[in-house]
Amino acid sequence: MPLTNNTLNYTLHLADNALILGQRNGEWCAHGPILEQDIAITNITLDLIGQARNFYQNAAACLHESGDPTASEDSLAYLRTEREFKNLLICELPNGDWAQTILRQFFFSTFQLLLFEKMKHSNNEPLVAIAEKSIKETQYHVKWSSEWVIRLGDGTTESHSRITKAVDTLWMYTGEFFIPASYEMIDVASLKNEWMNKVKEVFDEATLTLPENVFMQTGGKNGAHTEHMGFILSELQYLQRVFPGAEW
Amino acid sequence: MEIYNLEKAFQDKIDKEIKIEPKDWMPEAYRKTNLRQISQHAHSEIVGMLPEGNWISRAPSLKRKVILIAKVQDEAGHGLYLYSSAETLGTSREQMIDDLHSGKAKYSSIFNYPTLTWADMGAVGWLVDGAAILNQVMLCRTSYGPYARAMVRICKEESFHQRQGFDALLVLSKGTKEQRAMCQDAINRWWWPSLMMFGPKDSESTNSDQSMKWKIKRKTNDELRQNFVDMIAEQIKLLGMTLPDPDLKWNEAKKQYDFGEINWDEFWNVVKGNGPCNKQRIAARQKAHEEGAWVRAAALAYAEKKRLRSTAKVA
Amino acid sequence: MNIQIRKFYYGDIPEETAGGPITNVSSDEKAWPLWEVFIRSKQGLDHKHVGSLHAADASMAIENARDVYTRRQEGVSIWVVESKFIHASDPADAESLYEPAADKIYRHPTFYDLPDAVKHM
Repeated sequence: MPLTNNTLNYTLHLADNALILGQRNGEWCAHGPILEQDIAITNITLDLIGQARNFYQNAAACLHESGDPTASEDSLAYLRTEREFKNLLICELPNGDWAQTILRQFFFSTFQLLLFEKMKHSNNEPLVAIAEKSIKETQYHVKWSSEWVIRLGDGTTESHSRITKAVDTLWMYTGEFFIPASYEMIDVASLKNEWMNKVKEVFDEATLTLPENVFMQTGGKNGAHTEHMGFILSELQYLQRVFPGAEW
Repeated sequence: MEIYNLEKAFQDKIDKEIKIEPKDWMPEAYRKTNLRQISQHAHSEIVGMLPEGNWISRAPSLKRKVILIAKVQDEAGHGLYLYSSAETLGTSREQMIDDLHSGKAKYSSIFNYPTLTWADMGAVGWLVDGAAILNQVMLCRTSYGPYARAMVRICKEESFHQRQGFDALLVLSKGTKEQRAMCQDAINRWWWPSLMMFGPKDSESTNSDQSMKWKIKRKTNDELRQNFVDMIAEQIKLLGMTLPDPDLKWNEAKKQYDFGEINWDEFWNVVKGNGPCNKQRIAARQKAHEEGAWVRAAALAYAEKKRLRSTAKVA
Repeated sequence: MNIQIRKFYYGDIPEETAGGPITNVSSDEKAWPLWEVFIRSKQGLDHKHVGSLHAADASMAIENARDVYTRRQEGVSIWVVESKFIHASDPADAESLYEPAADKIYRHPTFYDLPDAVKHM
């Protein structure tokens, strides 16, 4: 596959989504609400960072072919700046409480699953391979997170009010899924209906209401992030920045 | 049967290497000792997630990040296996966690030391897990069945923990001047606390004799500590680093290493709660537990609703 | 609040006869029930008991079992059952239950000494 800027940017966008959400979910490790769920969300974290590595390695291979021998998964994850990261805004938001974390996972994984299923039929071989592997993981993420959305929505008064608050916080970041950036190779706008149907189905069971007429935030895909992004990268990249060129 | 006969039959079983199972008759002191030891061990795994979890967001490469996450997650799993085996002795996990948070239950003091640099991830894996593994391998043969089975599972999974620690230090030891200094500094800080992990000297250990007789423990604190020193004193040569003990030297007559005196004042001080991170560790566990309360309650409430609905459907 | 609960982990034999006391739980919180986990390590083998965990309901117990007990591809199928539903034999009956089988050696193929000429038996 010849490298175009679009392929590279798109691969980085997919990698950044998985890495930044993995980085956020990783904050739960050792702090979960109960041991069993601490382990569960950490499995998802490992899946996401694994996906990110696959995409970065693919991007690095593309860069090698086009004459940049220094590119690696780590140079791409650790040595780019805030404005170069192309992840969706929703991935970089703080975890909030358990309700906000699992609702974000549900929104994101539901989108990712639809995306990967489409990507599986694209003509970019490396991306097809990554999509096929990731679909299996993502199906479980959707199952796990949708069950939690239902549990919290239809659980106690407190859990219902917390997840309702999470819907208010996160909904304005869901529009970005479906507004295509110039480099996107999959028609994301076409995924919107199916995504809405799935969300509606789960929300109905969870006794939650879909918000209406919300202004959607965008920018992440093109490097215009929230103020959280710089803090995430300063932690993530700290050692590589302090000791340039060192091996770890 | 008279109590005397029950006790004799119990000890006969132990002597014949027959495992004790949850519903078998056991002396109350045996039950209590196991419960104390297993729950302490479980708490150590859980509190032990914190000093390493501290570096997940800052791991210096994606490979190191997934290794570290997988390792900390394993510790959660190990805590879970151990809580489960302690529960067979009749105390709920909830109760054990309350005891941890109230300070009534102890956990390994090593986790009250801070992880200051990335090299600490290597030193903790190599030294702390290395020390733990010696203890755990011995415990695979402990007399209480559920504990022994949990330990077999744990040992299988632990085997990568120490290796990844040494591997991380090996890379640092071959790295830049700053990395080598970071490596030596971490070893300096973790060496003595690792030796303390084996507990007080045999001459001062109150629980040792009975635990050996019941085959809960199968080696004494000092024996295990000596095994550890002999192992590490050789491995450190491969790193080209040194251990911070001027008295450490090979004793040809005894075929083992002599080593210096542990600072027992520091040991008891940390045990009593005055280590650099005692308060923070417990506070972090309490916070996670308290903030999780509404989540646990919601899941139960939902399960109950679902159960009622399905009974209603049947009726 | 100080409630007394009695837990019959691993079977329904009262704790008193097993040397264990009744548990005192000091907190108000109701805990997720305990489940026993059985895993089939590969197709064609029996499910085997691997340990236990806490979960609010059965589907969560299966997912938790997947996350806790199959992190290293240890299984292809999972059974869970709430611990309180397991009935166990009483260890005090062990002699009368299992020892009578010891002298029935004629149940084992090695009891029969056949000429070498008999093949495939």
